[in-house]
Amino acid sequence: MAAELHVELVAADRQVWSGEATLVVARTTSGDIGVMPGHQPLLGVLESGPVTIRTNDGQTVIAAVHGGFLSFADNKLSLLAEIAELSDEIDVQRAERALERAKAEADASAERRADVRLRAVAVR
Amino acid sequence: MGAQLRVYKRRIRSVTATKKITKAMEMIAASRVVKAQRKVAASTPYANELTRAVTAVGTGSNTEHPLTTEAKTPTRSAVLLLTSDRGLAGAFNSNAIKAAEQLTARLEAAGREVDTYIVGRRGVAHYNFRERKIAEQWTGFTDEPTYADAKQIAGPLIEAIETETAEGGVDELHIVYTEFVSMMTQTAVDSRLLPLSLDEVAEESPAKDQILPLYDFEPSAEDVLDALLPRYVESRIYNALLQSAASKHAATRRAMKSATDNAGDLINSLSRLANAARQAEITQEISEIVGGSAALADATAGSDK
Repeated sequence: MAAELHVELVAADRQVWSGEATLVVARTTSGDIGVMPGHQPLLGVLESGPVTIRTNDGQTVIAAVHGGFLSFADNKLSLLAEIAELSDEIDVQRAERALERAKAEADASAERRADVRLRAVAVR
Repeated sequence: MGAQLRVYKRRIRSVTATKKITKAMEMIAASRVVKAQRKVAASTPYANELTRAVTAVGTGSNTEHPLTTEAKTPTRSAVLLLTSDRGLAGAFNSNAIKAAEQLTARLEAAGREVDTYIVGRRGVAHYNFRERKIAEQWTGFTDEPTYADAKQIAGPLIEAIETETAEGGVDELHIVYTEFVSMMTQTAVDSRLLPLSLDEVAEESPAKDQILPLYDFEPSAEDVLDALLPRYVESRIYNALLQSAASKHAATRRAMKSATDNAGDLINSLSRLANAARQAEITQEISEIVGGSAALADATAGSDK
C-alpha cells in the first residue's frame, strides 16, 4: 500500500472534506505544487483554482478554492480556504450564470471565482 | 356583567395574547441558538488551523509586520463593538455597550483617542442618540452573520491599522463582543485584536505543546504572513460575530421565557381577582334580592294590620 497523507480541506464556515490521500495538487502564488506523503513541512499561499486530491483508493476529488493557505507537516495537509466547494457540489448552471453576470458587470473577482468553479467541474 | 369584572376579563385576554407571542419568540430563539452554536462549531476547524499556521510563521521566522508590531506610544485606538440589530434580548445589548464604554474610558484615561466602529442597529442607535461619533457602522446581518460580513468589517479596520497614525490611522484594535459561555451564561468581553502578539497566539493555539516543524514558506515568510494575518483577523471577527449571534439568541430566549412566565403569573392573579369580583357581584345581587324581598314582606305585613 502506498504511503498516505491526511488531508483536511476546511472553508471558513465548515469542513469541506477530510480523508487520506496519496497526492494533492494545488495552485500557490508561485505556481502549481504537488504534495505527496513525506514532503517537507510547507506553508504556502493558495491562488484561486482547482485543488486535486487523489485519495488512497484511487479516486480523485476536485474542489474549487478561492484564496487561502496550505500547510503541511507530520504527513498532515491542511487546506484552508475562505470559500471551498467540492466539484460535485457545484451547480454548473448557476456558475455559468454567475460567470455571465460577472462578465456583464465587469466584476473581475466574481468572474474569476465563477471561472474556477467551472474549471473544477470540467476536470471532474 | 359588572364593570369591574369586564375590565379584568379584558386584561386577561390581552395578557394571554402577549403570552402567546412571547412563547413563540422563545421557541424561535431556542431553535436559533442551536443553529448559531452549530455555526460556531463549524467555524472552529478553520480557526484552529489558521491559529496553528500563524503560530508556525510567528515562531519559524523573525519577520516584522505592521499588524504585529506595537507602536511605541499608541495615540489612537479603534474599538469594534458588536451588538444586535434587534432588542428584546434582556440586558444583552446594554451589557455589550457598557463594556465598550468602560474600555473607551480606560483607553482615554491612558491618553488615547478612540475611534468607535459598531456592528448592529442597537449599538448604532445608542451612540447616535448620544450624538457620539461612529467611525463606521454595519447593520442588517447580526442574526446570521456570514464570512463575507466578517470580511467586510475587517477590511476598513485592517486598512486603518496599516495607515500611519498621523494620517488618521489607528495603533491598536480592540473588539468588544458577547462571549457565549453556555445557554445560561453570556458575558460581554473585550480583547485586543491588533497588534497581534504572536506569543499570545501561540498560547491559545490548540497545539501549544507540540514542537512546530521548520516550515518551508511558499513563496516567502513575509508573503505568507502578509496573506495570513488579515485572514486571521477576519476569522477572529467572524468567530466573535457568531458568538455574539448565539449569545443574542440565548439572551432572547431567556428574556422571552421570563416574559412568558410573568404573563402566566399575571393571568393567574388576574383570574383570581376576576373570580373575586364575580363572587362579590353575586353576593351583592343575593343580598339585594334578600333585602328587597324582606322589605316587601315587611311592607305587606304592615298593610295587613
